[in-house]
Amino acid sequence: MEHKKITGMEGMKFKPRKKAVVHRAQCVACGSCTKVCPLRAIKIIRGAYAAVCEKTCVGCGKCRVACSASVIRVEARA
Amino acid sequence: MKKKADWYEYLWIFSALYIVLGFVNILFAWLGMLCFVIPLLIALFKGEKSYCNQYCGRGQLFELLGNRLGFSRKKDILPFIRSSWFRYGFLIFFLAMFGNMVYSTYLVFTGTSELKQVVTLLWTWKLPWHWAHTVTAVSPGVAQFAFGFYSLMLTSTLLGLITMVLFKPRSWCVYCPMGTMTQTICKAKSCRIQ
Repeated sequence: MEHKKITGMEGMKFKPRKKAVVHRAQCVACGSCTKVCPLRAIKIIRGAYAAVCEKTCVGCGKCRVACSASVIRVEARA
Repeated sequence: MKKKADWYEYLWIFSALYIVLGFVNILFAWLGMLCFVIPLLIALFKGEKSYCNQYCGRGQLFELLGNRLGFSRKKDILPFIRSSWFRYGFLIFFLAMFGNMVYSTYLVFTGTSELKQVVTLLWTWKLPWHWAHTVTAVSPGVAQFAFGFYSLMLTSTLLGLITMVLFKPRSWCVYCPMGTMTQTICKAKSCRIQ
């Protein structure tokens, strides 16, 4: 079987269209979200709230599902 | 390739064992003080909630029961439970009940009242628990504290299990008094640094 070479993909960067956003005031900093993030893009800052690294986050929504306080939403990037 | 689990990922075993040991010998309830002291020390000295994030055996147990064993409906928690007034209100209530338990222990220590071999569930229902008082060599006050403390631990576990089933596995973490207290300490500490 012959494989066709895919052309035109060189130099292309993956740009995620979504990102996770945490409602800091309501976050309980339990850490459920940090455990499920496949890219480790979410961290607990000084034991106060969870913060998402916008550069790394791809908006997969795993943290939204895991968030015990339901204060994470996934929204479109500007 | 699956990542090798860290040692602290098995702390749920101790949480489950703690509940079982309370049925065997009530004095094991004193071990629960570790769950009170360690998170407070971490928050006070390191300004972190790493106990909740990594080492909380109860949270791991709820995660195991809710996620892996499928006992949780995985629904969003009711908004009022995550509100500040509910979380701080529950913390104050919990501390008041803890104070009441310490006072009862003091009365038994001084000999004003007798040892009550009961476990109070949900601060209301007194369950006979005399079979777990096997070591009578200790002071009645020591045993009274164990009965009182085990009551608190059993009640909070029961509340956690109920919210685990109804909402998400770690819903207890939203209104856990220790979590609220340590987060408040961490916030106060980070405000001082800034």
